[in-house]
Amino acid sequence: MNPEELFLVELTVNGTPLSARVPARRLLSDFLRHDLRLTGTHVGCEHGVCGACTILLEGKPVRGCLIFAVSVAGSAVTTVEGLVNNDGTLGVVQRAFHESHGLQCGFCTPGFITTIHAYLKENPHPTEEEAREAIAGNLCRCTGYQNIIKSVLRAAELIDSGVRDDH
Amino acid sequence: MKPSRFQYVRPRSIPEAVMALQRHNSKVLAGGQSLTPLLSMRLASPEVLVDINGLTELSGIELRGSELWIGAIARHQEVLTHHLVQTHVPLIQQALGYVAHPVIRNRGTSVGSIAHADPAGELTAVAALLGARIHVSAQQGPREILAADFFVGPLESALQHGELVTGVSFPVLDATWGSSCQEVSRRHGDYALAGVCALVQVLDGRIMAARIAIFSVAGTPLVIDVMDVHEDHEKLNLKVQALIDPDTDIHATADYRRQLVKTLVVQALTEARVHAELRQS
Repeated sequence: MNPEELFLVELTVNGTPLSARVPARRLLSDFLRHDLRLTGTHVGCEHGVCGACTILLEGKPVRGCLIFAVSVAGSAVTTVEGLVNNDGTLGVVQRAFHESHGLQCGFCTPGFITTIHAYLKENPHPTEEEAREAIAGNLCRCTGYQNIIKSVLRAAELIDSGVRDDH
Repeated sequence: MKPSRFQYVRPRSIPEAVMALQRHNSKVLAGGQSLTPLLSMRLASPEVLVDINGLTELSGIELRGSELWIGAIARHQEVLTHHLVQTHVPLIQQALGYVAHPVIRNRGTSVGSIAHADPAGELTAVAALLGARIHVSAQQGPREILAADFFVGPLESALQHGELVTGVSFPVLDATWGSSCQEVSRRHGDYALAGVCALVQVLDGRIMAARIAIFSVAGTPLVIDVMDVHEDHEKLNLKVQALIDPDTDIHATADYRRQLVKTLVVQALTEARVHAELRQS
C-alpha cells in the first residue's frame, strides 16, 4: 500500500500557532492529543454523543471527534488548557467546578468546562432550568449532574462578582 | 475507532467539487456530524472525501423571490437564529430546536441533514411537508429535485453519484399559514421515536388547508393531506394509522409509536392553528 498522504495543518491553539503533518483522516480530537500533545481534551465515545472532546472552534463549542483537523486548518481553537488564567490560576468555570465539587473522576470535565464557558458568554444569567439545558449534550457518569448544575450557576455568580477571568 | 483511509479534496469552486465527486466512491463532507461517526465506525468507507466547507458561496441564507434559500454549508445554528427564517419559514426553526444539541448544531448543516435523508431527520419532514426544492450541481449542469421525489428510502435519496447538493429552497409562508413540529424522543436531542410537522392555513378564523408530515415511523417522511378529517380526531387517526408502518426496536414498540403518532398529530395541528392565529394578530 502507498504511504498515506500527509497534510500540513496549522492551527492557533490557545493563542499559539501550532502545526503538524497528519493524514486527512486525523480527527481534531486526536490531532490535539497525539500530534500537539495537548491531552486536556478527552476522548470518550468517539461518535459525538458523550461531549468529552468538546473544544471551542473560533469561540464556538464543537465536538473534536466529529471534525477532521485538515478541514479546519487555519482556524483558532481553544481547549480546556486555554481556559486557565494567564497567571496559571483557574479560569472562572474551572474554579466554579472546584468549589462546587462539579467533578469526581474528571474524565468528562474538559468537555463540560468548554461548553459552559461558551454558554455563559451568551447567557450570563441562566436559571437552574437553563443551566440543566446548557449541559444536556454532555454525559457524566459520576456526579449525577447536580453539582455540575451548581457549578454552572456558581460560575455565573463568580463572573457577576467580577472574579478574574482572562478568557 | 478511526476512519479508514480516504483521499481528501478541498475544492475552491463548485465545478471543482463536482469534478472531484466524479471519482469512484466519493462522498461530500459538509458539517460531518452524521458522516464522521459513520466513518469512524467504518459503516462507510468512501475512497474520496470532497470537503465543501471552503465554498463560502454555499453559506448563504437569503430570500430569492417567493422562496427562502439555504446554502449547503449554512450551519444549523445560523439557520436557527436567522431573522429571514423566523419571518418567512418559521417551521424550520420549530423543527431545528429538536435537532441534536447546540454543540452539534454549531457544525452540522441543515442542507446536509436533508441530503443525508435520515427518516428520523426533522428537516427531511420539513422539506417534504413544504414541498422544498433541492438544488443540485452535476457535470451535465444544474438540476432541481422536488422533496417529494428526493427521499427514496432510509438514508437514500434521488441524488446520483457525482452530484452535489448546493442548497435547498423553501416556499415562503405568508401569515395565513401556521406550523408546528412535535416529537417524542427518549432524551432531548436524541432521534425521535416519532414526530409530526403540521401546516395549517387559517383565513377569517377558518381552516382552509391542513397537512402533516410524519417522521421516524417509515423509511421516508410521510406527507398526508388531512383537510378532510382534521375536525374529527377519530377519522384523522384512522387515516394516519393506515399509512404509517412503524418498527419495534429497543427504544420503543411499534404500538407505542402508533400511540405517539395519534397524540402528536392532534398536538401539532392544534399548535399550528394557534401559530397561524398568532402570526395574524
